[in-house]
Amino acid sequence: MASITFDNIGKVYPGGTRAIYDTNIHVDDGEFVVLVGPSGCGKSTLLRMVAGLEDVTEGQLSIGDRVVNDVSPKDRDIAMVFQNYALYPHMTVFDNMAFGLKLRKMNRDEIQRRVEDAARTLEITELLDRKPKALSGGQRQRVAMGRAIVREPSAFLMDEPLSNLDAKLRVQMRSELGLLHARLATTTLYVTHDQVEAMTMGDRVAVLRAIGGKEVTNLQQIASPRTLYDDPTNLFVAGFIGSPSMNFIYGTVESEGDRVFAKFASQRVEVDRSRLAERQTLSNFTGKEIVIGLRPEGFEVKEAASSDMIVENRTLNIDVGLVEQLGSEAFIHFEMASRPVITPELQELLEDEGTDIETLGDATKFTARVDPDMTPKPNSKATLVVDTTKMHFFDPETGLAIT
Amino acid sequence: MTATSERATATRSRSAEPRPLGNRIYGFLRSIPTWFLWILVILWTVPTFSLFVNSLRTRDAQRGSGFWNAFSDETFPTLDNYQDVLFPEVGAGLGNALLNSASIAIVATIIPIAIAAFAAYAFAWIDFRGREWLFIGTVALLAVPTQVSLIPLLSAYSTGVRWTIPIVERTITLFPDLDLSGQIPSVWLTHTGFAMPFAIFLLHNYIAGLPKDLFESAAIDGADHFKVFWRLVLPLSVPVLAAFAIFQFLWTWNDYLIALTMIGGNREALPATIVVASLAGEFGAQEHLLTSGAFVITLFPLIVFFALQRFFVRGITAGSVKG
Repeated sequence: MASITFDNIGKVYPGGTRAIYDTNIHVDDGEFVVLVGPSGCGKSTLLRMVAGLEDVTEGQLSIGDRVVNDVSPKDRDIAMVFQNYALYPHMTVFDNMAFGLKLRKMNRDEIQRRVEDAARTLEITELLDRKPKALSGGQRQRVAMGRAIVREPSAFLMDEPLSNLDAKLRVQMRSELGLLHARLATTTLYVTHDQVEAMTMGDRVAVLRAIGGKEVTNLQQIASPRTLYDDPTNLFVAGFIGSPSMNFIYGTVESEGDRVFAKFASQRVEVDRSRLAERQTLSNFTGKEIVIGLRPEGFEVKEAASSDMIVENRTLNIDVGLVEQLGSEAFIHFEMASRPVITPELQELLEDEGTDIETLGDATKFTARVDPDMTPKPNSKATLVVDTTKMHFFDPETGLAIT
Repeated sequence: MTATSERATATRSRSAEPRPLGNRIYGFLRSIPTWFLWILVILWTVPTFSLFVNSLRTRDAQRGSGFWNAFSDETFPTLDNYQDVLFPEVGAGLGNALLNSASIAIVATIIPIAIAAFAAYAFAWIDFRGREWLFIGTVALLAVPTQVSLIPLLSAYSTGVRWTIPIVERTITLFPDLDLSGQIPSVWLTHTGFAMPFAIFLLHNYIAGLPKDLFESAAIDGADHFKVFWRLVLPLSVPVLAAFAIFQFLWTWNDYLIALTMIGGNREALPATIVVASLAGEFGAQEHLLTSGAFVITLFPLIVFFALQRFFVRGITAGSVKG
């Protein structure tokens, strides 16, 4: 058991390319921390630095109290699960799991005991004599986990361990990994590009962003999943976390007496007092153009609004576009008459999901999650109520949340 | 051109994207009908088959008619030729020469594999200064023809190599005077040297293609380079090791030139290839024995090939198109 500390970590590759700069993360003993971000954000590099597979070129990396910058991988007391499992193809499952223990000259009975224990935990006992070739993807994944568990290391490092599984198996293994961590309580650093995986598994989640060689930190925010969702520190985190993602639109805030209105696309809604109390500096931005963010679930069709929702001054009139009925919920897509929000942060996220900015047009696309029983028809007019207690505000200049 | 036909052309050109060369060759080979392959097989087999038939005929029968007349011979089949080659009434038979051939070929196969496997691993997975240049230099030695170095090597084996450093006027020994000429070890050394560039090249390409994850995983598991090599690389490289073993065994078994140069007059140490060539005797008086002699020699490589062919095929096609 040990903590992991990244202290001003930076990474410059031999060719001179900078991948990581000034990144500080502390993983507590026994904590499950997920590193998440789009491709190229440096999440795997950070993990591989902990494993000792990449040199740390700047800063100090510690496992427990020990600085490990120059410690070789085998002496770091960590175990790693690879994306492609990296099982030794010529060895049986038993030998795969026992390999690391044999190299450490552990006695035979102890190896036998540990491998069998781990196999029982992972329900792969009957596979111990097979070779990896004869296993399914899910079974290979379990063996890879088993190989890490038998070592009883002070920390687990996992590099997208579920990304090669099909969707159903991934969900299943996700919860099994969660249970396993609850049982073993071993410090775990987990890398994924899948934000659902990050949100469901992590005690805390670190959102990373590609720095494109610049000298700015990769770390955007590290917090509990709930905090990331409710209080993203900037446009990048706000746009990355959540599916469907947060709706962004250019607008202004203006005050009338002691009431404050958010005005966008020629409509306006009153910002809830409770939200104003949480966003003290918003008044500094009165009259300036800001970015307003609304989560899809922050909308409801007027007819379906519950009695405790305030309707007055909180409605938007929209032309319904596409409607996606899922049974448990429904998504309605519509456009607001305002140019789309394209800041560097959001542009990066759009590019990562493969959306061409040219195709966005000149209106802002919105998605709302509404009551499946009261879904308006496609191409009709509808009135939505906005929950302004969950409204987000960002400074378009800096991309930072206005707090 | 109308819009429709333009679209049609566009679709066609997209579907006709150039496939990788390997796939195209593979597709072409697959399209060859089986009967055609059978014709090739027969054409290729005829010389060997005729040699075999003739080896079972007497000298007169061989000289009198073609092998297809064998069944009209009264003396067919006869094992006399084999008898004369292996256990002659005068002089030594091929037996001793075959043993020499085996002792040359087996050792000259094992030594290069042992050295080249280590070297190939180092070139592929150990990061050291000048690795690329050293590798390029090693592989470039493929271009050195055997013939140009035969005489210098022979002189090195028989008298050693010394070099007097200019100015300091000190003589150092680069290769000791081991008096190897005429001995089998001189053939081992020569074969080893000439096999090395190709062996390293072949093994390196295979070993460098092993997944990087495996090595990283092993490093975390606590394996040093030697353990990685011994426990991971060697077991995983069996196909390519076998493929190279077959190449090298065939080459050293069939070699004539190097053995003749290095062993020369020492009749006791001559391999079978040279002894068989001299079977014909003066003016070809005994040339009918060449058939059985040649067939005896062919037998051993065939045994090796069939024993290892499973690996051989896998090694040759490793990393190429999947069937």
